Amino acid sequence: MNDRAATKSPSVGMLFTRIRVEEKLLLKAFKRSGVPVTLMDDRELVLDPQGSNASLPGLVINRSMSYYRGLYATSILEDLGVLTLNRSTVNHNCGDKIKTTAALVRAGLPVPRTKIAFTLSAARESAEELGFPLVLKPVIGSWGRMVARLNDQDALEAVIEHRVFLGGSLHSVFYLQEYINKPQRDIRAFVVGRETVAAIYRYSDHWITNTARGGRTVNCPVTPEINSLATAAAEAVGGGVLAVDMLETAAGRILVNEVNHTMEFRNSIDVTGVDIPGAISDYALALLPTVELPRA
Amino acid sequence: MNAATVCPECAAPISVPADVFPNEIVQCGDCAIDLEVVALQPLSLAPAPEEEEDWGE
Repeated sequence: MNDRAATKSPSVGMLFTRIRVEEKLLLKAFKRSGVPVTLMDDRELVLDPQGSNASLPGLVINRSMSYYRGLYATSILEDLGVLTLNRSTVNHNCGDKIKTTAALVRAGLPVPRTKIAFTLSAARESAEELGFPLVLKPVIGSWGRMVARLNDQDALEAVIEHRVFLGGSLHSVFYLQEYINKPQRDIRAFVVGRETVAAIYRYSDHWITNTARGGRTVNCPVTPEINSLATAAAEAVGGGVLAVDMLETAAGRILVNEVNHTMEFRNSIDVTGVDIPGAISDYALALLPTVELPRA
Repeated sequence: MNAATVCPECAAPISVPADVFPNEIVQCGDCAIDLEVVALQPLSLAPAPEEEEDWGE
């Protein structure tokens, strides 16, 4: 916190890339609470780290679809004394899979066995330790994009060669994970603050169960185990409004796989009966100061 | 009342609800392209931004 942190006003902004169903539902939820929301298009945004916060909202909800735009925008906004949801450190911990796994491991949470390697030879060695099949994921990315299940060394070498020739430093960071033979579904739990407000199963015939890839959603009862893992995972990455993805092993254990910082929830409201955007807006508004404070 | 224009990709007639938001994404019923509402008065649509490598949730 710096001196400018005390100048925030009780107004809300929403950083966005596209106005999708989720953003519309959030805007309607804030409207129901009587709070106008200033839309902040991340394509037009210019942030000045040395500037004034006079024209900025007191709280900005990060709904940017771009990891880097959201990360850097929330970071600068925080320096300017603006509250952010989620905070930049949380965005960093969730948007970078290595940071996520590290945070979950530090918190003592069960995660799939994971290795990180920077060369093909080191990746080969990692694969021998993990065994095949295994999963190779991009460090940054979502919606199951560029996630590969590798069944043998030939596949590993082929995919890594492609990654390296794509160029860019991050394509040569290899995040390798044991393949979890899950029961055609995974679990997504929605955490708002300290509460798991809802959970869904995501079913798919494909091993990638993301709803962005056609996964089907069904209500998942929030058991004490799911609640405990979800809230602990959310806390491990810094807390806020988060979607915690979990995998069930054949032995019946639940592993925490990923945590999402700009969660999509359009397919989860009807099946759970939970007003997820309403829960988010209530949580966000509770963060705001109740009186207008002097401006810098 | 719905507002109407044509799809910038395939020229099919397309209408959007009266309560559409600026920057909302709509889909053309003919060619299925995602379109962004870039202006309301008058209604103007443009192909939505292409997915980028760091996009997601």
